[in-house]
Amino acid sequence: MFRPGQKGLPRMDEFLLRAGLGGIGLALLAAPLGCFVIWRRMAYFGETIAHGGLLGAALGLFMGVSLTLGIFIAALIVALGLKVIERRSHLASDAVLGLLAPVVLALGLIVASRFQSLQVDLMGLLFGDILAISWPDLGLIAGGLLVVGGLVAFIWQDMLTISLDRELALAEGVKVERVEFLFTLAIAATVALAMKLVGLLLVTAMLIIPAATASNLARTPEQMVLVAGALSALSVIGGLAGSIYLDLPSGPAIVVFMALIFLLSSFFKER
Amino acid sequence: MPEPVSESAKLQVARSKSVTDEAGLGPKPLIELKDVRFERDGRMILDGIDFSIAPGEIVTLIGPNGGGKTTFARLCLGVLSPSSGVIKRQRGLSVGYVPQRLKMDRSLPLTVGRFLTIRQTAAKRHVETALNDVGAGHLIKAQMAALSGGELQRVLLARALLSRPTLLVLDEPAQGVDFAGEAALYELISKLRERLNCAVLLISHDLHIVMGSSDRVLCLNGHICCAGVPEQISQHPEYARLFGAEKAATFAIYQHDHDHEHELSGDVCCGHEHGHEKGPETGSGNVPTGAKGPAAHG
Repeated sequence: MFRPGQKGLPRMDEFLLRAGLGGIGLALLAAPLGCFVIWRRMAYFGETIAHGGLLGAALGLFMGVSLTLGIFIAALIVALGLKVIERRSHLASDAVLGLLAPVVLALGLIVASRFQSLQVDLMGLLFGDILAISWPDLGLIAGGLLVVGGLVAFIWQDMLTISLDRELALAEGVKVERVEFLFTLAIAATVALAMKLVGLLLVTAMLIIPAATASNLARTPEQMVLVAGALSALSVIGGLAGSIYLDLPSGPAIVVFMALIFLLSSFFKER
Repeated sequence: MPEPVSESAKLQVARSKSVTDEAGLGPKPLIELKDVRFERDGRMILDGIDFSIAPGEIVTLIGPNGGGKTTFARLCLGVLSPSSGVIKRQRGLSVGYVPQRLKMDRSLPLTVGRFLTIRQTAAKRHVETALNDVGAGHLIKAQMAALSGGELQRVLLARALLSRPTLLVLDEPAQGVDFAGEAALYELISKLRERLNCAVLLISHDLHIVMGSSDRVLCLNGHICCAGVPEQISQHPEYARLFGAEKAATFAIYQHDHDHEHELSGDVCCGHEHGHEKGPETGSGNVPTGAKGPAAHG
């Protein structure tokens, strides 16, 4: 566990404890989803629904519901909208994603600028503010970890089969559409919860970098999830330390720490 | 159960022994397609398909590229739904599917042994047996992403077998395997069929070489052009019309009686007494007479 006191800090600040705990919780939450995201080549999918989150946050504030709920709902709507567009359009899915991601981000920025009176902390939304994690936030993260963790355990075998080959999964009787919907729910929830930590623009880093690093080191899917979770948690602590000692912005510091571990891991490739 | 007349009448003529009793009160078909039609983006892929496969039967699908073979298999698997017509599956039908390849990303770390037990629980010795059955026992700890095309085919087959299927669907299993490997693969499939007593629906990538133990060969080009036991199919006027008389003459049936055994790797190990005498009579000889290099077959 993260104890800043042991790292030579003058005293153990409560907000540091919250930041550390919240960060580690989110790291564990994002690990299995991140693995699926790269196995299924969905990196831009995560990116796009995260961009949708800003719109959700702004609208959520405007309508007086919680920010997290707004982001969750917006992310879900963007994910389902993507599906509809992909089905009806002749464009390849990366083109659809490339089209939708900047559009929802632009809409989010416009809405946020209209409601400046609401004092939207734009920088905080986009790049995160781990030190602002509150006790209620922490409770939300713990709840998310339980619910999403349970959900992932429930769909694990089916998602693995879909990751191998969607058609094989269909032929073997996997309820592919249902499983994919549950997975989308899990991603939307993770985006909403991780927004505080690294911000909407960097949230895909939480999903992808630890999983990509673990894929260099693991020999089984389960191992890959564990390694991704551990490295992600380590990066949160590292980024937090960088933020305290070097006065770096915390979200970007976490992402850069992850990237450093990724670079290191490519020298120890297991496969 | 009574057979539908018209289209399938010509199938009926050509059916082999294992299926003929179906016309009476024989076993219910595993899958039955009635007047099935499939369109995609307004383009007709398959039309007027009447087909059924009985328990233990081996059916080989041949036909030109774009003729709808893969669509046909997907309809049977339930991956696709027909635009019109009815597809009936036997209750509790267990299908083992062997796709051509997996679309899995290389970033997914997965050993062969683990691959066999995703979504199905099996004792370690059953996993080993299934792999040994297909000559892939040594691969149990190998990474899926590192397998060659031929190795992957065998591993996919092992996974399908582990689920004790009543119907095995193979999509061009011999693609990317050399001739000797293809022969060995067909022999393996035929042996497994006997042991597990499952039906086999096999899509062949090669118009001219058909597994000898096929009970029925279906030639598919948007519709079922012709059907029959392997040595009848090449005599069929529709077949000759579709592929040209010259090509029809090169049609060959892979038979099982030969005096040596091919490993799947293509190695020949002589000295085995290995007379299967399986499958229909040798009409066109044991050796394919096509351009496929019969020399390999000794």
